[in-house]
Amino acid sequence: MPENTSTTVEESAVPVATAAGGAVKGTKKDKPERVASMWSDARRDLMRNWVFLVSAVLILALLVIAAFPGLFTSGDPYAKGFCDLSNSVVPPTGAHWFGFDVQGCDIYTRTIYGTRNSIIVGVLTSVLTTLVGCVLGMVAGLRGGWLDVLVSRFTEVWFAIPTMLGGLLVLAMLGTGNVVTVSLIMAVLGWPQLFRIMRGSVITNKQNDYVMAARALGAGGWRIAMRHILPNALAPVIVVSTINLGVYISAEAAFSYLGIGVQSPNISWGLMISDGQDRFLSAPHMVLFPSLFLSITVLAFIMLGEAVRDALDPKLR
Amino acid sequence: MAELRKEDEAVDATPNVTEVETVEAATETAAVAAIEAPVERGEPILQVRGLVKHFPLTQGILFKKQVGAVKAVDGVSFDLYQGETLGIVGESGCGKSTVAKLLMMLETATAGEIFYKGQDITKLSGRALKAVRRNIQMVFQDPYTSLNPRMTVGDIIGEPFDIHPEVAPKGDRRRKVQELLDVVGLNPEYINRYPHQFSGGQRQRIGIARGLALNPEIIICDEPVSALDVSVQAQVVNLMEKLQDEFNLSYLFIAHDLSIVRHISDRVGVMYLGKMAEIGTDTQIYDHPTHPYTQALLSAVPVPDPEAREGRERIILTGDVPSPANPPSGCRFRTRCWKAQDKCATDVPLLAIPERFQGSDTPAAHESACHFAEEKDVVHAA
Amino acid sequence: MTTIDKKTSASGATSATGAPLLEVRDLHVEFHTRDGVAKAINGVSYSVEAGETLAVLGESGSGKSVTAQAIMGILDMPPGRIPKGEILFHGEDMLTMSAEERRKIRGRRIAMIFQDALSALNPVLSVGYQLGEMYRVHLGLSRKEAKARAIELMDRVKIPAAAARVNDYPHQFSGGMRQRIMIAMAMALEPDLIIADEPTTALDVTVQAQVMDLLAELQREENMGLILITHDLGVVADVADKIAVMYAGRIVEQSPIHELYKRPAHPYTRGLLDSIPRLDQKGQELYAIKGLPPNLMKIPPGCAFNPRCPKARDICRTEVPALVPVTEQDGGELPGRGSACHFWKETIHG
Repeated sequence: MPENTSTTVEESAVPVATAAGGAVKGTKKDKPERVASMWSDARRDLMRNWVFLVSAVLILALLVIAAFPGLFTSGDPYAKGFCDLSNSVVPPTGAHWFGFDVQGCDIYTRTIYGTRNSIIVGVLTSVLTTLVGCVLGMVAGLRGGWLDVLVSRFTEVWFAIPTMLGGLLVLAMLGTGNVVTVSLIMAVLGWPQLFRIMRGSVITNKQNDYVMAARALGAGGWRIAMRHILPNALAPVIVVSTINLGVYISAEAAFSYLGIGVQSPNISWGLMISDGQDRFLSAPHMVLFPSLFLSITVLAFIMLGEAVRDALDPKLR
Repeated sequence: MAELRKEDEAVDATPNVTEVETVEAATETAAVAAIEAPVERGEPILQVRGLVKHFPLTQGILFKKQVGAVKAVDGVSFDLYQGETLGIVGESGCGKSTVAKLLMMLETATAGEIFYKGQDITKLSGRALKAVRRNIQMVFQDPYTSLNPRMTVGDIIGEPFDIHPEVAPKGDRRRKVQELLDVVGLNPEYINRYPHQFSGGQRQRIGIARGLALNPEIIICDEPVSALDVSVQAQVVNLMEKLQDEFNLSYLFIAHDLSIVRHISDRVGVMYLGKMAEIGTDTQIYDHPTHPYTQALLSAVPVPDPEAREGRERIILTGDVPSPANPPSGCRFRTRCWKAQDKCATDVPLLAIPERFQGSDTPAAHESACHFAEEKDVVHAA
Repeated sequence: MTTIDKKTSASGATSATGAPLLEVRDLHVEFHTRDGVAKAINGVSYSVEAGETLAVLGESGSGKSVTAQAIMGILDMPPGRIPKGEILFHGEDMLTMSAEERRKIRGRRIAMIFQDALSALNPVLSVGYQLGEMYRVHLGLSRKEAKARAIELMDRVKIPAAAARVNDYPHQFSGGMRQRIMIAMAMALEPDLIIADEPTTALDVTVQAQVMDLLAELQREENMGLILITHDLGVVADVADKIAVMYAGRIVEQSPIHELYKRPAHPYTRGLLDSIPRLDQKGQELYAIKGLPPNLMKIPPGCAFNPRCPKARDICRTEVPALVPVTEQDGGELPGRGSACHFWKETIHG
């Protein structure tokens, strides 16, 4: 690559009165009254980004479905007589778009009602792992020394526990779980991944001269962490966290399958997918529709994550 | 801040505060007063005495055990006078950048004192330390990593005001930032732009503007132009000289480029392996060097003038700089020195005016840490 | 330069036919990026003979390194593209050769030395292994023979106690020693041409001189061609035979080395020389070339240097100056000199 292809503001060394050259991409005419800062620019950027808008609309829709499933379907999956064994494994029809499952329950209604549990598991687990991982990663990366050694070693040991096995153990002790206990257990076992990413990212960013420049100005630890390190260290964490969201929703299904996660008559996408797995070849619609919802949810969150990450990077503006 | 001020008032109002507190508050107030007091031009503003920084080399993960130390700075003393530029030159690993970090209190000194207007800043804390921080600022080498890529130019140059809010009232800051941009030769309308939209030279101007924001008295420049293109270097050097006159600044100018150091400096110190080898005015060091290392260093500088060069004596040193973790005994330069004798391996030469030049007023009579100091002009064609 | 007849046929592969060792003709390189097309090289021509050292001088973005990468065939394509030009090695155009033929030349007959020796060496293999690898791969020597040759090479580039250090790893050597190892590696297969891209920039002054001297000495002994790419007018002053000054992807001035410092024929060269502070006397304010190097996506029309040039007039803003021969005031020849300035006469003589 040539050394100087990046666009730079063209101007002479002497003070100039007029803005020279529109070489700066994206930066339209700077209105002098506008006060730009990282967060305000990121917000402005997001509002103009269709990826963000599409993902935001999708997520909003999913949240509404999760909160008020009754608005989207007339059926009530928990009502007596909702399932009719004579409809068992009937493929999609004009009246029942998604078809019926083994028990003869309407898959559309169940998918709609499963949204709540699945979204709760995905979001709650992601938020918890990210929070715990980021806070510990920040502290360990910034402080260094014995604290870092202690937390890192502990994390490595923790990391070695397989999520499934650990989850099985805990859930077996607790008896049957619900969405919250499943989320908590996955979070407790899942945070080391985010911790390691955050810690590495913090250590890399800590070495930059601008951190030293801030220290030379007399900036305190909190300011350096929040203004200089966190915004620069967050990008890889956002990506992994949003991808994990989908992983957690699917993992919940595995717990259900093993009989320790969400149990019937409660509904979750994971549960529905694992129910339909055995008959995938003969009746693919049983797996297809909950999977479709799961995919759209995961996609929406990944798009959101990428849009936020890009908005926080001025180089991409 | 607020708490401290309350304490001050308490001292005046109520006599029943414990004596220790009274004394502490009083000394702090005195220290701040001393720090805020002006210094006459030509008087020492910064005095460094016996500065030492050893970085421990450790082994083991959980239970660290010290197995040695990198002697990055090992007993360095010098004065910086108000309004002057003191150049510090030396090769990589000589400790010049560590000196800068010690002066900025980015590293804690292992031993030694740093007096700023008579106050030892290594022992200050609280209000007095904050006042010192405001008065000593730094310009960094790499214009690409020294600016936070996610902050706007306005936020970067305005950050000093956030940290020291007493310097500029909140409503005034934006205007001040724009003034600073103008002072360093950038368009004030660039305030909302991000560092990546600027070239290396322009970024270095932003770094300089940040350094000027708090109206400091001393600016420590760590290789401020070495990452820039030749044609842009001259612009930045000229800007720095202009700002020095305008704002009455004292510079500590650390660089490896001897030509630029001569151009900008009033006095020059040459460092080798954590020690000062020679120090004097620019004429004394460049035209009348007495330390063999200075002579070798000067003679090795590539000069863009083949004719001037043909008449010059070139001293090509053998080997590399030894590791600062295990420096040679006696004189640190002896392993590469063509004059070295037995004495050099046993006695550490002190930085002083060599005996043979004492009392005479030749330019060779300046501080040089060599047992066999001898004048030799290597810069001018014979 | 550019007037040489293009019909130097590809038949003769040696310089006996009169073809120079390496000749670059009207080379253009552009990079297609998200933000547009960056024209990194816009018609560069130069040649190097065996035993000759050409210094290519320029600032960042001048295209000096891109030219070298194009010669070596290590340009990233895409985004890079060579829309036009020839690179003749012993009279044969390397740009039209098959990839296989080209690979045979690279490393073996044209070698390259990079600025950063630490990242150019593999940290997990011993230096001796990496040097020996050249012989094992290209000449099929045994492990033992290769090691012996590696020690020989290390001796040749004056690494003290070569036999004892042959099994050491790159990080155990100092910067200067690592650069010597890079030189040894480039020399291993006795190439005809070495391209050194800022070989001493990362080194200390006292080590710089040692490495530069070594490079010059080896080049003389082996009668190799050497292209020395640099931004430092000082470093090349006493090793190069001739120099080409680049700006915005063009050669703006070329000259035998000593003449350039004495009488620059382009305002850019003059500005560069004037903006370097002197070691032997304390000057007043430094001369500074105003402005910044151009954005390669938006090279100014006419002479690319015109916005920064103190001599610029109307013609400079419209017409691209060609690289023309420079002569004495009385018309006497100045062999090897050329300037791409409309006003070279007043620049050199005025």
